[in-house]
Amino acid sequence: MGHVRKYLPHLVLALGAIPMLLPFYWMFLTSIRSPSEIFDVSLWPIPRQFDAVQNYSRAASQVPMLRFMLNGVIVCGGILIVQVLTAVPAAYALAKLRFPARRLMMTLIIAALCVPMQALALPLFVGLAKANLLNTYFAMMAPFFLSVFAIFLFHQSFRSYPEEVIEAARMDGFSEMEICWRLVLRGSLPSLAAFAVFSLVAHWNDLYWPMIVVTDTNLAPPPLGMLFFADVESGANYGALMAGAAIITAPMVICFLFARRHFIAGITMTGVK
Amino acid sequence: MQPQSLELQGIEKSFGADNVLKSIDLAIRPGEFLSLVGMSGCGKSTLLRIIAGLETPDRGTVSIGNRQVTDVDPSERNLAMVFQSYALYPHMTVRENIATPLRMRRLSFTARLPLIGRMIASADTLRDIATSVEEAAETLQIGHLLDRKPAQLSGGQRQRVALARALVRQPAAFLMDEPLSNLDAKLRAHMREELTGLHRRLGATFIYVTHDQIEAMTMSDRIALMSEGGIEQLGTPDELYQRPASLTVARFIGTPTINLLPVEIGMSGRISAFGQEFGLEAAAQAAGPATLGIRAEDLRPAADGLAVRVLRSETYGADRFVTCALVQDQSVRVVMRQHAGESLPSEADGLLRLGFAEQRAHLFGADGRRCDVSARARVAA
Amino acid sequence: MTMADVTLVKQPAKVRAKRSPADRRMARLGLFFAAPSAILLLAFYIIPIVVLCVFSVTDYQLGALSIHFVGFDNFIKAFSDTVFLRSLRNTVLYAVIVIPFGVLLALGVALLVYKRKKSRAFWEIAYFLPVTATLVAMATVWQFLLHPSLGPVNAAIKAFGFEPVAFLSNPVLLIPTMALIGIWQVLGFNMVLFLAGLTAIPRDLHEAARLDGAKNPIDRFLTVTWPMLGPTTLFVVVTTSISAFKVFETVAVLTKGRFGSETLLFELYLEGFEYSNTGYAAALTLLFLVIVLILSIGQMVHMDRKVHY
Repeated sequence: MGHVRKYLPHLVLALGAIPMLLPFYWMFLTSIRSPSEIFDVSLWPIPRQFDAVQNYSRAASQVPMLRFMLNGVIVCGGILIVQVLTAVPAAYALAKLRFPARRLMMTLIIAALCVPMQALALPLFVGLAKANLLNTYFAMMAPFFLSVFAIFLFHQSFRSYPEEVIEAARMDGFSEMEICWRLVLRGSLPSLAAFAVFSLVAHWNDLYWPMIVVTDTNLAPPPLGMLFFADVESGANYGALMAGAAIITAPMVICFLFARRHFIAGITMTGVK
Repeated sequence: MQPQSLELQGIEKSFGADNVLKSIDLAIRPGEFLSLVGMSGCGKSTLLRIIAGLETPDRGTVSIGNRQVTDVDPSERNLAMVFQSYALYPHMTVRENIATPLRMRRLSFTARLPLIGRMIASADTLRDIATSVEEAAETLQIGHLLDRKPAQLSGGQRQRVALARALVRQPAAFLMDEPLSNLDAKLRAHMREELTGLHRRLGATFIYVTHDQIEAMTMSDRIALMSEGGIEQLGTPDELYQRPASLTVARFIGTPTINLLPVEIGMSGRISAFGQEFGLEAAAQAAGPATLGIRAEDLRPAADGLAVRVLRSETYGADRFVTCALVQDQSVRVVMRQHAGESLPSEADGLLRLGFAEQRAHLFGADGRRCDVSARARVAA
Repeated sequence: MTMADVTLVKQPAKVRAKRSPADRRMARLGLFFAAPSAILLLAFYIIPIVVLCVFSVTDYQLGALSIHFVGFDNFIKAFSDTVFLRSLRNTVLYAVIVIPFGVLLALGVALLVYKRKKSRAFWEIAYFLPVTATLVAMATVWQFLLHPSLGPVNAAIKAFGFEPVAFLSNPVLLIPTMALIGIWQVLGFNMVLFLAGLTAIPRDLHEAARLDGAKNPIDRFLTVTWPMLGPTTLFVVVTTSISAFKVFETVAVLTKGRFGSETLLFELYLEGFEYSNTGYAAALTLLFLVIVLILSIGQMVHMDRKVHY
């Protein structure tokens, strides 16, 4: 009885974990075995014919898979850099400087937190179309340059930075820029790290906006690329399809396994807001 | 409920390699106020949690009354505990907080369920519970707070709610884990009085954990002074102060801290420090280095005493504390307590000679245990 | 830079009389620091919202040469548009499945994981992994898993002697199937929120409950855990429902809206970007926005009275 009690939670968790992890397992297994084993529905981990090379190279040649990955890196990196460059000074000003319209701006930012990006997509799309900017990296990144969430998050974190240190730094001749970037931000590195994870994961996985502004395969970020690839293969070669899925999923999953704490902190930040 | 006795036998507990309790035996009398006192990490809280059933001892037994409860769930030991944090349920009103232990005991599982429970519970039981809650609240003068939430109460009021929740069901004993440590100094002194008053009125068994020797001294019938997982001494506050069983006890009990003088016990049992002999004699087999403990109030200026240099003198209303360093060894400091009215017969350069009431000195051997001393007939050299 | 210029020139003039030079310097710096974000806020939030509202009362079609004011016709049309109503129904059905299961299963898992000492990290990873994975790719994997003849799920169903289930071609099952994937995706996220909520409950409270006579774990759960998790639970419900109303990827991958399986966001996408009915899509977008805002207001209200203390 005691043993049952002790192991029952583990058993329940293990049973629950099967459907959670089955897709990952199946994806990986299919991606390394030959297409002829497609009718083999057993979960036996060792394929009869090891075809990982064919599958992965097919995924990389059928569509520009590596190009998708590069696009993802460019878009996510670009978004993150501009987000931080704009949000940090704004959050610093809102938290530590007194200036006109400060309350108004704070109110607008909190209001903007409630507005999902999808609600703004239509006018932004029309604007970009009018400016002839569709099918550009800029179009994919621009709507995300301002992260009201980042401003809100950094504002909360900066507010607790001691006023005396800032005043002392001003007397020591630090410029306001230096105070903001070198002192105050230094004290909020965990928030910065968590926000970076949050932003990277969100934009790496985003499909909606790229699907609207990009039709050129060469500009597609990974999720859109995956959609193109699925259309091209349309069920003919599951090995290659799963290989493609694995390539796209791998970066975030691997990062998660290595930096579990940061990932959980970052992704659940949407929960803190 | 009649106040119950509590008995611990051979209690041992380790957390990993850390031996927190080393074979504790302790018998607590019915209706007694017993304090477990000691430095943090001495195992007093663990011992209390073992009594409560929140920890299981590795070895040994716990009995309440005549019932062995070592393996009984805490919910069935009929003990009440007041936590340092008070542990009030923040989502419940004061009334609901106090009622919880009664609801758990007197209502069936289904009657306790939210929503449908209300329809199932018997009206009589609910009325009884309500009456008991109001009585408990009256006892602690919190009748007017019954409909508030804990968040709306001050520290002292929360403390009272925690006490009311404990006494509402007349437990076999009250366990208190540093209940006053979150209060400010003034309120703490006041609550000390209230707690002793409550103990007298209820006549219940109280087991009280504290690191504050003043709390233990002022409130307890008996004190168990703990150190490094063992009970160093068990006795009344007076016994602990007047006859400390060890150096640890002597150091812990009393303000200011007892003065300790390094002394030498000669082959004949004579006791001397820095070449000066005192009128005290120990057993000859105790020969070797030892420590002499003298309370601040037992020191007084004496023409033939030890030479000291006065470092500072502080007057607190009626009392004055004079801190001095030994002339022969500057590192040995002693504090003398005298009436503020008395004068200090100070010599040149702040030098002074101090003697002490020899029959009131405590001698501790090299192992830290108390040694017996007797007054020695003074023989002219 | 126009907006920043205007504010920079105008504002100090108004307050010059009262403020010291240091204050004025700080105000200038503040505006300078906030300017880039303020401009972006204007360009990417405020103007688009205004434009969206304007579009919603016109018959504008992207690329069309003329544009007419049509009043609330678009909104009236929406409520007789069978496709839109179907997408609304589908989304509500999706949310009604995802919210209770996504929340309660996550709570159950969190309660089990919380007590594990050594294996906690492992279970956290196992249940959180779907949250990090790219949903488009994983939806493709699910499509394969649920394949009527090639997928292991149906193979297992057949092995137990049942008929294979056409998860992705039986119109009745489409939304529940996508909801299943939605639960799979959101479970770990909610679990982590519940774990944070559980960590915040003082151990003393559980011990007090035990001494107060709550021997039964269910009693302790009802006395301490559940009420203390109240704010967390409300919050999890709100975030789960908002994300449920934004379901898009699974539809885009699994059905592309076939067999009447459109969801709200997918319908928006079709009207606005595939069919270029900009005016009509703007009206639908506003309806979508209203739903999300109502859900967010629940969240805001709860943020104000977050804890009991």
